[in-house]
Amino acid sequence: MTGVAAAPRQWRRPPVLIQSRLWRWIIYGGALIYFLAAFGTLEINWQRVYEGLDRGARFAQGFLLPDFVTRANDIWRGMVESVTMTVCSTIVGVLISIPIGLGAARNLAPAPVYLLCRSIIAVSRAFQEIVIAILFVAMFGFGPFAGFLTLSFATIGFLSKLLADDIEEIDESQAEATRATGATWWQIVNYGIQPQVMPRLVGLSLYRLDINFRESAVIGIVGAGGIGATLNTSMQRYDYNTAGAILILIIILVMLAEYGSSHIRKWVQ
Amino acid sequence: MLTIEKLEKRYRTGDRALNGVSFTVDRGQVVGLIGPSGAGKSTLIRCINRLVEPTAGKVLLNGTDLTTLNGTALRKMRRRIGMIFQEYALVERLTVMENVLSGRLGYVPFWRSFFRRFPAADVEKAFALLDRVGLSDHVDKRADALSGGQRQRVGIARALEQDPELLLVDEPTASLDPKTSRQIMRLICEVCRERSLPAIINIHDVTLAQMFVDRIVGLQAGQVVFDGPPDALDEKALTAIYGEEDWHAMRKEKEDEARDDEEAAAFEQAREERMAGLV
Repeated sequence: MTGVAAAPRQWRRPPVLIQSRLWRWIIYGGALIYFLAAFGTLEINWQRVYEGLDRGARFAQGFLLPDFVTRANDIWRGMVESVTMTVCSTIVGVLISIPIGLGAARNLAPAPVYLLCRSIIAVSRAFQEIVIAILFVAMFGFGPFAGFLTLSFATIGFLSKLLADDIEEIDESQAEATRATGATWWQIVNYGIQPQVMPRLVGLSLYRLDINFRESAVIGIVGAGGIGATLNTSMQRYDYNTAGAILILIIILVMLAEYGSSHIRKWVQ
Repeated sequence: MLTIEKLEKRYRTGDRALNGVSFTVDRGQVVGLIGPSGAGKSTLIRCINRLVEPTAGKVLLNGTDLTTLNGTALRKMRRRIGMIFQEYALVERLTVMENVLSGRLGYVPFWRSFFRRFPAADVEKAFALLDRVGLSDHVDKRADALSGGQRQRVGIARALEQDPELLLVDEPTASLDPKTSRQIMRLICEVCRERSLPAIINIHDVTLAQMFVDRIVGLQAGQVVFDGPPDALDEKALTAIYGEEDWHAMRKEKEDEARDDEEAAAFEQAREERMAGLV
């Protein structure tokens, strides 16, 4: 008689992914066992770890005593090359990305254009910068030109995709209202779409400038010029003091770019 | 003059949004289009300027059949039809002036609109219209800095900047408070009378429609079930449009609501003054 009041009703959050309790145990348990087994097969040679520590200490020492002077000329040339590569490739990449991004937006472009632009993006995104750099170095020889092409190519994939996705998510009513005034396609893009995506486009371009600078240090290692080449050379000479100096400079430049771009982004909002 | 003949729209899903709609709007006549959600009101006015493609039927504006136009002819037709939207549909990041001038996009070449070098006559007209709708102090503000009522005024100015021969208005008051709703409806109807501009206004609020429009067309499941002067819209007609409901009680509520609105508006004003004191 008092049964209803006496038995408090129970509630538990329903499982999110796997409904069956049995399968939940099997799958999660299996994943755990696999992880433990896989970890067990790693062969860690503690001897080598110990020896490496010694070399690591020397490296850290080089870091603590960075030598900006001895190779100042090489460092300067590498930095200028890297910055030039970064700025040129970002500008060229952005300029090419805009038409491709417009074409890759489903709500703007007809199906054939859409598919073409999306496949360009897919190709550009499929390869990591280093792979592209190896290819371009093989094609155009060592030096910053190959680096410039690599970074431009990578920028296109990055920026067109994000721009196209952004265009697909705009407030359609603003574009519809522009269309209702009898505007042409270009006028619709200029009035109904551009103001909506511009802040993000500026933000992404600046972000890409950051990335391109960092990448320019990496692709130098495979011969595409820039500060990466200088860094690679000094490492191969066990000249850790110069390498430390280069790393510190890279960190400073990346932080400056980061700080500057976040300010500009706030300002365009 | 606008004539709609047996207009039909069937969506790809098979839904019949419009099912043989016919009526005529005379010069300077303001028609209120009422009906429940999903009756096809939005579809109907979008079929007129072809933002939605009608499946069958004709739309004649001053003698031209709008349903057969394509390409440039379609654009040139659209620039003769002004449209005012539910959520204002202003370009939020552009200034008030740019939004109003965008009404001239159909008339100017791309380079002029791109560099914002509109002909002097267009700019003059835009200033005059902003005066008319009472926004001359906000010319260079961004559209997203305005209140709802002000935004809709920009929307009205943009539509009139087109020198339209017809005005299509889609739920102009749906996101506005009752007092602003009345002001906006009054403004739309006034400018239509000044220019003897025919207009079709989609509207949910029956009482508001009856207050301002010359004629009411009731749409139900894609068909016209009422067409007459606002006074003729009795409880029987409302039942035909919307279905069974205690309409008498609704009207009484409306009166109460109007009284509440006045109080709300007074409160709002007091609040705004307080806010103004803060900044």
